[in-house]
Amino acid sequence: MIKGNFIDNLPRVYGIYTGGFLAFIIIMAIGEQMGMTSKAIGICFVAFTVAIYAIIGYLSRTAQADAYYVAGRQVPTVFNGMATAADWMSGASFVAMAGGIYFKGYGYMALLVGWTGGYVLVASLLAPYLRKFGCYTVPDFIGTRYGGNLSRFLAVVVLTVASFTYVTAQINATGTIASVALDIPFQYAVYVGLISILLCSMLGGMRGVTWTQVAQYIVLIIAYLLPVFWISNKMGAGFFPHFMLADEVARIADLESQFGFVKNSAADLATVPKGLAGITKAHSAVNATPWAFISLALAMMMGTASLPHVMMRYFTTPSVKAARKSVGWSLFFIFLLYSSAPMLATLSKLSLMDPNLATGIIGKSIADVQAIDWYQNWNQANLMFVSDFNGNGTLELNEFFMGGKAVVLATPEIAGLPYVISGLVAAGGMAAAMSTADGLILAIANALSHDLYYKIIDPKAETAKRLVVARVLLVVIGFAGATIAAMEIQGILGSVIWAFDFAMSGLFFPLVLGVWWKRANKEGAIAGMALGLASGMGYLIWVRNGGSGFLGITQLTFGIFGSAVSLVSMVVVSLMTPAPDAATQKMVDEVRVPSGKSILGKQH
Amino acid sequence: MSKQAQHWEKTRGLLMVTLAIWFVFSIGIFLFGAEMGEMGGPFGYPLTYWFTCQGSLGIFVILIFWFANRQEKIDEEFGFSEKGDD
Repeated sequence: MIKGNFIDNLPRVYGIYTGGFLAFIIIMAIGEQMGMTSKAIGICFVAFTVAIYAIIGYLSRTAQADAYYVAGRQVPTVFNGMATAADWMSGASFVAMAGGIYFKGYGYMALLVGWTGGYVLVASLLAPYLRKFGCYTVPDFIGTRYGGNLSRFLAVVVLTVASFTYVTAQINATGTIASVALDIPFQYAVYVGLISILLCSMLGGMRGVTWTQVAQYIVLIIAYLLPVFWISNKMGAGFFPHFMLADEVARIADLESQFGFVKNSAADLATVPKGLAGITKAHSAVNATPWAFISLALAMMMGTASLPHVMMRYFTTPSVKAARKSVGWSLFFIFLLYSSAPMLATLSKLSLMDPNLATGIIGKSIADVQAIDWYQNWNQANLMFVSDFNGNGTLELNEFFMGGKAVVLATPEIAGLPYVISGLVAAGGMAAAMSTADGLILAIANALSHDLYYKIIDPKAETAKRLVVARVLLVVIGFAGATIAAMEIQGILGSVIWAFDFAMSGLFFPLVLGVWWKRANKEGAIAGMALGLASGMGYLIWVRNGGSGFLGITQLTFGIFGSAVSLVSMVVVSLMTPAPDAATQKMVDEVRVPSGKSILGKQH
Repeated sequence: MSKQAQHWEKTRGLLMVTLAIWFVFSIGIFLFGAEMGEMGGPFGYPLTYWFTCQGSLGIFVILIFWFANRQEKIDEEFGFSEKGDD
C-alpha cells in the first residue's frame, strides 16, 4: 500500500489512519444501535486506540542515538506541530480546562492566554537557536554553552523537578480514565496507564513518541471538537459555536443576575462531597484583578518557554527555519482545542441553567432532578450533587454541585448524545494524558541518560550501552511516577501549574541569556539556576505553610519570584566573574545564524 | 560593521517588535480588563471575554508565522539561510 520513504508518505499514512478512526467511531455507533452495552463501547475505544499506539511504538523501534534522542531530525513542520500539540495538551487541558472555565470564568482564562502566549517566546527567543545548537536535550545546551559538569548537572536537576511534578499528574489522569473505561480499581488502572505509555516510547525513544503523538493528536482533537459541534447544533445554538454563541453567553449573564450568587453557609458546604463545586463566579464578566490575571498568565508564558519536553520537540525538525514554522503550527493545533474549551463550558452551563431548555435543572424540583438517569450515574461517580439547603423543594443555583471533570465527561450525556460520544471522549482524554506523559518521561530519562550518565559519568560508553541505560531509566522513572500517582496526593491541575513555576524559576533566564547575552558565563548560570530554583521552591513552601506572600504572588505564580531571583543573581555573578573565553563567544555567534554546521555533531 | 553584526542587529530589532506585540495582547490589554468588559467585541461577545477565548490566542498564532517569515527574509538578506532543505 505504501511505497517509498516513510517521511514522504506521512500525509497518506495519517490520512488512512484518520479515516480508519472515523470508520471505527461509526462501527461503534452501529454497535450501540444494535445493543452493545456502554461498558463494552468504552472498553473498545480505549483498547483499540492504545493498541494502535503500541503498534506505532513498535514499528518505530531504533538502535541509533540520533533517532532515539531527536527522531533523526527529519520530522516535517506540520507533523511536528501536531506532535507538539499532543505533547503539550495534557490530560488536564483535555479533561479539566473546560471545567475550570465553567467554575472560575475570567480568572481561570489567564491560563488560556498564558499557555498560548508562551509560544511566542519559544519561537522568538529560543527554539530556532537551540535547534541550530544541535543538542539532544536541554541540559545539553546549558552544559555546552556554559561549560562544566556543574552547570549541566543543575540543569538536569531543574528539569527533573519540573517534569516529575508534571508527570505524576498525567499518569494519574491515564489511571483515572482507564479505571472508568475498563472498570478496574484506580490502584491497578494507574499501572495499566503506565504500561500503555511505555509501549509508545520504550523501543523508539523520541522517534516512537513523535509518531504516536501525531496519532494521539488526531484522536484527541476529534474527540474534543465533535461533541462541541454536535451539542451546539442539537441545542440550536449555532452550527459553528465559536462564532455564534454570543446570545448564549449573554443569556448566562442574564440568568446569573436573575438567580444571584447566593453564598452557602459553611455547615451546608461541609455536606458537599470533596472536589465538587457550585457556580459562584460570573461566566463572562471580569472577576479578577488585573494583577491576578496578568501574573498568572506571565508565569505560564515563561514556564512554557522553559519546559524541556516542549523545547526538545523542536530539536527534531530538519532545519532552523523549520523549527520556527513548526512553533506556529504547534500553536495553531493547540488553538483548535483551547478556543473550543470556553464554548464547551458555555454550552454545558447553559444547558444545565436555563429553565427554558429541556435539559435545564435549576428551578426544577429536587426530587425530579434526583430521578434523572444521568444525574444518578454521575452522582454515583461522585461528580454531581444536589441538596435542598433552603428546604423549599426546588433546586437553586447554589444547591447544584459538580466536579470539574464533569463538564467534559458528562455534558454529552446531559445533552442527550449517544454513548458512543462518551466512549470517544474517554479515548481522547487517554490520548491527551498519554502523549504528555510520554514526552515528560522521555525528557527526564534522556536528560539522565545523556547528560548525567554519558556526559558526566561514563563518556566512553558505546551507543548500544547508552540506549540500554536510557530505556532502563525510562521504565524506572515511569514506575516511580506511577507509584506516586497511586498515592493520590494532589489534584491534576495544581501540580501542572507548579511544574511551570519550577521550570521558569530555574531555567528561563539561563536559557534565554545563553543565546541573547554573550557576557553570560558559567558562574552566572550556576547561580541563576541554583538560586532561582531554591528561592522559588522556598517561596512555595513558605506560602503553603501559612506564609502571607508578597506582591500578590501566590502558590500558583511563585515562579515570578524564583525567576526574578534567577535573573538578578545570574547578571550580578556574571559581571563579577571573568567573561566567557573567545571560543565560547564564537560559539554564541554561530548559534545566532541559521547557516553552517551545528555546534554539536550529528552523533554525540 | 561586519555582516554578522548587521544580521544580529536586524534580528534583535525583529525580536523587539515581536515582543512588543506579544506584550500588548498578553499583558497590556488585561490591565484594562474591566473597562474592556463593558465593550462589545467581535461576533457579539463582550470584548474582554472574546480576547481570552479567541482574540489573543489567534493573534499569537498569526504573530509567530509573521515572525518566522520576517526572520527568514533577514537570514536570506545576509546570506545566512540554510541550503537544500525546508
